[in-house]
Amino acid sequence: MNNLIRRIALAALALASFSAVAKDIELLNVSYDPTREFYREVNTAFAAQWQRDHGDAVRVQTSHGGSGKQARAVIDGLGADVVTLALAFDIDAIVDKAKLLPPDWQKRLPHNSAPYTSTIVLLVRKGNPKGIKDWGDLVKPGVSVITPNPKTSGGARWNHLAAYAYALKNNGGDVAQAKAFLAALYRNVPVLDTGARGATTTFAQRGIGDVLLAWENEAFLAQQELGPDQFEIIVPSLSILAEPPVALVDRNVDRRGTRKVAEAYLAFLYSPEGQRLAAKHYYRPREPQHAAAADVARFPTLELVTIDGAFGSWAKAQAEHFADGGIFDQIYAPR
Amino acid sequence: MSAVLDLDTTTNAPPPASRARRVMPGFGLTLGYSVAWLSLIVLIPLAGVFIKTSELGFDGLLRVWTDARVLAALQLSFGTAFVAGAFNALAGTLVAWVLVRYEFPGRRMIDGLIDLPFALPTAVAGIALTALYAGNGWVGQWLTPLGIKVAYAPLGIIVALVFVGLPFVVRTLQPVLAEARVELEEAAATLGATRLQTLRKVLLPTLYPAMLTGFALAFARGVGEYGSVIFIAGNLPRVTEIAPLLIVIKLEEFDYAGATAVAAAMLLLSFVLLFAINLLQAFAARRAGRVR
Repeated sequence: MNNLIRRIALAALALASFSAVAKDIELLNVSYDPTREFYREVNTAFAAQWQRDHGDAVRVQTSHGGSGKQARAVIDGLGADVVTLALAFDIDAIVDKAKLLPPDWQKRLPHNSAPYTSTIVLLVRKGNPKGIKDWGDLVKPGVSVITPNPKTSGGARWNHLAAYAYALKNNGGDVAQAKAFLAALYRNVPVLDTGARGATTTFAQRGIGDVLLAWENEAFLAQQELGPDQFEIIVPSLSILAEPPVALVDRNVDRRGTRKVAEAYLAFLYSPEGQRLAAKHYYRPREPQHAAAADVARFPTLELVTIDGAFGSWAKAQAEHFADGGIFDQIYAPR
Repeated sequence: MSAVLDLDTTTNAPPPASRARRVMPGFGLTLGYSVAWLSLIVLIPLAGVFIKTSELGFDGLLRVWTDARVLAALQLSFGTAFVAGAFNALAGTLVAWVLVRYEFPGRRMIDGLIDLPFALPTAVAGIALTALYAGNGWVGQWLTPLGIKVAYAPLGIIVALVFVGLPFVVRTLQPVLAEARVELEEAAATLGATRLQTLRKVLLPTLYPAMLTGFALAFARGVGEYGSVIFIAGNLPRVTEIAPLLIVIKLEEFDYAGATAVAAAMLLLSFVLLFAINLLQAFAARRAGRVR
């Protein structure tokens, strides 16, 4: 009996000390699929810095998933302090549907609120047996292409738009021909996974497809994790400048009283240390002078179109390509 | 389900005294609990589906329901669930038969294995099945040269649904088989019935209702199954895109009303089908009762 009382006392003590820890700051970063490794390291580094400068312990939790799904979770009430998603449209959706942050959010931080960028490259099997050199090779008969579903995956939307931008450029801006190019490309797609990671798995583990359209960082990671003797990265003649944006979720941080630390967290991404970590995890840093030279040297130079330059804006690209009845739906509509 | 209960009451009927005293205490309270609980857990969320759908108006609803992609997805979901349920009704009955009628070493072990599809997270099942049946998988590499494509084809969806649906049939059949009296079969044999006749006229009539229940459970589970299927299906619009995935896609497009419209269609179709199965089952149970 005595023993029992002692145990209860101990449990109460443990609970009390736990709630003391819980008073320390917790941040929730809602992010997209392939940023796991990067933010794991950022969170540790930021917590160490904050503790050094302010003495408080910060624990940053990160949630990952398809970008659109993550945005919907925030809209439906997931209490994100910051969002770091795959494309600006998904953060715009949070503005539109839930009004958790102001419409001009993208102007609040430098570089369109994207502390790092990426692009879309082609990952092929070792030796490049199908001789794939550029987007044009993807529509050849007998070439099997793996890309996720652009309805559910942010990365897939960048893939889709990069291919479209290439087709437009090669056809002198003929929209009908560019659409036909995309239709031919999707005819070569045997599987539409729901997210970028799923597509990588299908390509790498299941051995399906000759080429994977992938985030540059995901392609590097796949090569590194699964062996450089298995895959080669093919840099196309033209691709798209992918700007995965970050933003403070004002309503949530004000409610939780975490505005200061959340702002510092986002600023940390722009700091020399944040930029160095981005390059280390295969994201192109905005300020390469802060990154390790060897990391920066891994990024090939290629012609990159921007969303605003080639498509006007994300809202326009979304409406034209991925909305209900858009170009993607037309491709799969019954003929 | 009622068939199973009927059979139970024939053997474990309570003493007549308690049946005669019709007023069991606590009826009002327990009924109140049941209704309140059912409303909270089942009816209110389902009502939400229809309220959200009503935002579309009649024209919008009709547009969603007649969309070729939605129709293809519904057809795929219900079609594969039906085939998988029917397959399970036969294969599951056989498994239940072996487990009930024979004693053999490792029987308990196999009996335990049956429940695995219940317990296993469906995503795990989906990934495992995909790894097995993909072109480079253990099984897939032998099927591909024969021109049989399982993973990333409708056949793969059926395989996944057979996996998740099996325990429903086996667990429904087992008690019924255990109750089916061997004496009846022996009597049939002494009266000169052939084995096939015994099976058709004596055994199967008692099993039909339970088989139908098992089929209905496996079918209902298959229609709504998401986790295991999306890995093996391939998710190509109008080819291997199941209705639950289409709902998720519509949600991801922030088309909440469209998503609930598809959900409402699934609900109505499921209800109609399950109702029909129940009628069929009542009919079979009545027939079984007459035969006996």
